[in-house]
Amino acid sequence: MSNIKYILGHFADPDDLMHGIDKLQEGNVKIYDVFTPMPIHGIEDKLGIKRSRLGKVAFCFGLTGTITAISMIYYMLVYDWPMNIGGKPHFAFPDFVPIMFELTVLFCSFGMVGTYFFVNHLAPGRAPRVMDLRATNDRFVVAIDAKENPYHDKIDNILKEAGAVEIKHNERKYVSYE
Amino acid sequence: MGNHNHTHTHNFSEQFVFSGKLKTWSLIAIVVGVLSIAFGFLTDHAERTYANLLLMAYYFTCVCATGLFFIALQYVAQAGWATGLLRIPQAMSRVLPIASVILFVVCAAGLMTHNLYHHWNGDGLTDPSSANYDKIIAGKAVYLNVPFFLARLAIFLGAYSFFAYLFAKYAQREAEQGGLVFYDKSIKWSAVFLIIFGFTTPIWAFDTIMSLEAHWFSTMFGWYNFAAMWVSGLCVITLIVILLKKGGYLSWINENHLHDLGKFIFAFSIFWTYVWFAQFLLIYYANMPEETVYFYKRWEPEYLPWFWVNIVINFVAPILILMARGSKRQTNTLMFVCIMLLCGHWLDYYMMIMPGTVEAHRGFGIIEIGIAIGFAGLFAFLTLNQLSKRSMVPTNHPFLEESLHHQI
Repeated sequence: MSNIKYILGHFADPDDLMHGIDKLQEGNVKIYDVFTPMPIHGIEDKLGIKRSRLGKVAFCFGLTGTITAISMIYYMLVYDWPMNIGGKPHFAFPDFVPIMFELTVLFCSFGMVGTYFFVNHLAPGRAPRVMDLRATNDRFVVAIDAKENPYHDKIDNILKEAGAVEIKHNERKYVSYE
Repeated sequence: MGNHNHTHTHNFSEQFVFSGKLKTWSLIAIVVGVLSIAFGFLTDHAERTYANLLLMAYYFTCVCATGLFFIALQYVAQAGWATGLLRIPQAMSRVLPIASVILFVVCAAGLMTHNLYHHWNGDGLTDPSSANYDKIIAGKAVYLNVPFFLARLAIFLGAYSFFAYLFAKYAQREAEQGGLVFYDKSIKWSAVFLIIFGFTTPIWAFDTIMSLEAHWFSTMFGWYNFAAMWVSGLCVITLIVILLKKGGYLSWINENHLHDLGKFIFAFSIFWTYVWFAQFLLIYYANMPEETVYFYKRWEPEYLPWFWVNIVINFVAPILILMARGSKRQTNTLMFVCIMLLCGHWLDYYMMIMPGTVEAHRGFGIIEIGIAIGFAGLFAFLTLNQLSKRSMVPTNHPFLEESLHHQI
């Protein structure tokens, strides 16, 4: 039993990469993930990746902001310390709308920044998860789980025939831990 | 990327055929409109008829102007996604000169017969010795007087119509000769047009709509009208695209293009609310009688329900329905929202115009519905007639290929 954890196929061109994905899928090789320096149209559909739930997360963060704002203002200006401001009723809703709007945006944006750091392991003190450094530069990398797909020679051949410029057998998942 | 041999199965030589039921019904609608106008005058509702004519003529001109604005925006942004549907705003912008003439005639006739703008256009309003003397109006008379008013209207609408003619000419030449020359020219003149349009539309709205209540003013009013114009124009473009697709045309337009149009409608419905609320909040907060008079009138029992319906239909409904990705990609949902927003912005204009003209004598009956149907029929007839004269796709446009492969 080898210690190979992941097989990485490097492609020099997005079209070659898409061709490689086709060939691997034809050979019933399960693809773990694909890393590219730029977004490629249609790759999610090809890999069968589910749509991101980011929109729902953003909505929840935003709603939290709205509720925080309205409860805060209501407590301060209507319940705890009502004041006469310009002869308006204490619960002068139109005046509250800008604050509700701003807190919605603030919570949503901060929440999304936090989500981004959390999902990508970018918090200070955590090693970022990078399987191959050149995927952030000039290479289009297909990662295949070597434990799930036992026939490594077959995978190498498929990658080579599909036009891979480099094939790596990695014993560690993330290079960034080194 | 390597060289692709792009192949597609779309029939770019297809031609829209404007005939049969569609033509009959749009002509019937025009007849209904004419009969409603006649009904309005014969039943002694001259002012109400004029107010409705102004509403629909303004709405009609705004929608056509949006077609022009849409084209110019696409050129200046060098955007490719909408190229496949560009013939529709182009057809709308070709109708702009006719719409402009109608709006001008309505405004001028309203002025002459004192059915419109009588708040600042009346005997003795600017004469200190007259019993009708109005100090505020007299102070604004340098700007609000009949010759200058009509001259402004003529210059603005004339300028827009000129640009509509110019872009139509470039599009025609591009279709005949190809090359990038006319595309580059269109970008240059689109930039010029957008600057002119941006500075003159607020003044156009101040003149045609805001001056109905000449004591009151709001600097947000121009952008508020622009937002209403842009949302309703986008809805018209989307609706025509959807109906043409349902009729078997435009095979190259798919849910990705509709998604982008839906996003536009969603975003600018929120923008409309933003501007509407900015105007409302400042007036509410400052609470100055000369400003609150506008909302006071709209808070009277005969307008109050519609005041709320306006916000629900133009803000709450689109934001809730269009927020999800799926609903922007579903043809029928999007079509429903477009129709709803077109009715909603009719109501929006109604709320702008009626309290300042017919005030408590407002109505909703044959005159309102008939004139709206008449103008809708006129718009459909003229636009579809323009659309049927040319190919359905700008085949020599440099971004056509990008539009075909648009994916989001």
